Amino acid sequence: MSPPGPPLWLLFELTYRCPLQCVFCYNPIDFARYDQELETSEWLRVLHEARALGSVQLGLSGGEPLLRDDLEEIVAEAHRLGFYSNLITSGVGLSEKRLTALHAAGLDHIQLSFQDSTRELNDFLSHTRTFELKRRVADWIKAHGYPMVLNCVIHRLNIDHVGRIIEMAAEIGAEYLELANAQYYSWAHLNREQLLPSRGQLEAAERVTNEWRARLGERMRILFVVPDYYESRPKRCMNGWGSTFMTIAPDGTALPCHTARMLPGLSFPSVRTHGLREIWYDSEAFNRFRGQGWMKEPCASCEERDRDLGGCRCQAYLLAHDATVADPVCAKSPHHQVVVEAIERAQRTEVVERPLVFRRKEESIARL
Amino acid sequence: MSGTDLHDRLRPVIARGFRLQWEPVQSAHVLLYPEGMVKLNRSAGEILQRCDGRSTVAEIVADLERVFDRHDLFADVAAFLALARARGWVQLDYGTRSEP
Repeated sequence: MSPPGPPLWLLFELTYRCPLQCVFCYNPIDFARYDQELETSEWLRVLHEARALGSVQLGLSGGEPLLRDDLEEIVAEAHRLGFYSNLITSGVGLSEKRLTALHAAGLDHIQLSFQDSTRELNDFLSHTRTFELKRRVADWIKAHGYPMVLNCVIHRLNIDHVGRIIEMAAEIGAEYLELANAQYYSWAHLNREQLLPSRGQLEAAERVTNEWRARLGERMRILFVVPDYYESRPKRCMNGWGSTFMTIAPDGTALPCHTARMLPGLSFPSVRTHGLREIWYDSEAFNRFRGQGWMKEPCASCEERDRDLGGCRCQAYLLAHDATVADPVCAKSPHHQVVVEAIERAQRTEVVERPLVFRRKEESIARL
Repeated sequence: MSGTDLHDRLRPVIARGFRLQWEPVQSAHVLLYPEGMVKLNRSAGEILQRCDGRSTVAEIVADLERVFDRHDLFADVAAFLALARARGWVQLDYGTRSEP
């Protein structure tokens, strides 16, 4: 196997703290366990080490990254080192003053997200508080010369409003709108029965999206991401384990992707005790699923293995209880029936009488 | 207006949201943009480096021909800039006398 290239893409999950409580959050369910956040000097040291390794893209997310009052300092150092920085935020807690400071620090890009499923979206759709907040933030973002990129997570409970969401996104002047169906990890997996849309909902939403695309043309580009469960082949997850991406969790744990922490039997190294070069090239965890040597059948002899690399390890673990098997989303997987059954249940018309589990610290503690 | 006149006026500049920089680890110029990166070959890097929004296409060609001791680069540069523009990497500023 040829040696891996550099971790071109670095994601800092600066904190698991968040003012929102999204039912589809991909932060770990046991996030309450990891409340010892890295200090500013540690984040800055990791930036230096990553840049020396060849990292170029820096994502800043969380939780809500604006809750770190050293965000500007981290952005400034990232800019000085030559990172292309992208802030992924709900905009909650953003002021014009703070955005001006982030811009001055060299922030390259902002993605404004809807990270809430119920109240926030309802507020937005009904033109109240959240809509006004997003519009205000959108105006500041544009005033600083950034493209206005809006991301909205789609699921069973809001997918029927997709036309209205697009209309409102156009109204606040978004140039790009990402309608990303929830993928079923972490909190979304916990709430999957309530969140997975039916095939009919999905098809209607894609139809409406296409109508809007025709109407809006170049004015607003819309990306529509289908849930993996409705695909017959798995995604090329993270462009391959340990090939391109590295996530640093709030407590300094280095991960090949932001959900990998759930995988049992892997000890993910911490930047508190290990250098980034050693973590990337030499750690057992980052080498575990590199390349194709780990593959079993049907992946090992599959003619499509170079394309999808066996899919997502976390999805294999969640659906087949074994991170070393083919992603069950794949129709060739011996575990594919699990996905088929979940989709079948999603075609029901009656309401599931089970409360949604909100991503709250109390809920996390209750599940430790 | 003839093509040559236009190239005396067009001033290409790296598009908003994109950043060009030299990456020692990759020994190449790269173009960075939200959630992506293009690794450039040497000639693409040499051309884009000169897209500073002040130099016209004709000036960029002249500079490249001087530096690399060539005299036939106009077509290559124009073709690359057309492709770069189509991909959204560069914007072409028409200068003060803008076209209607």
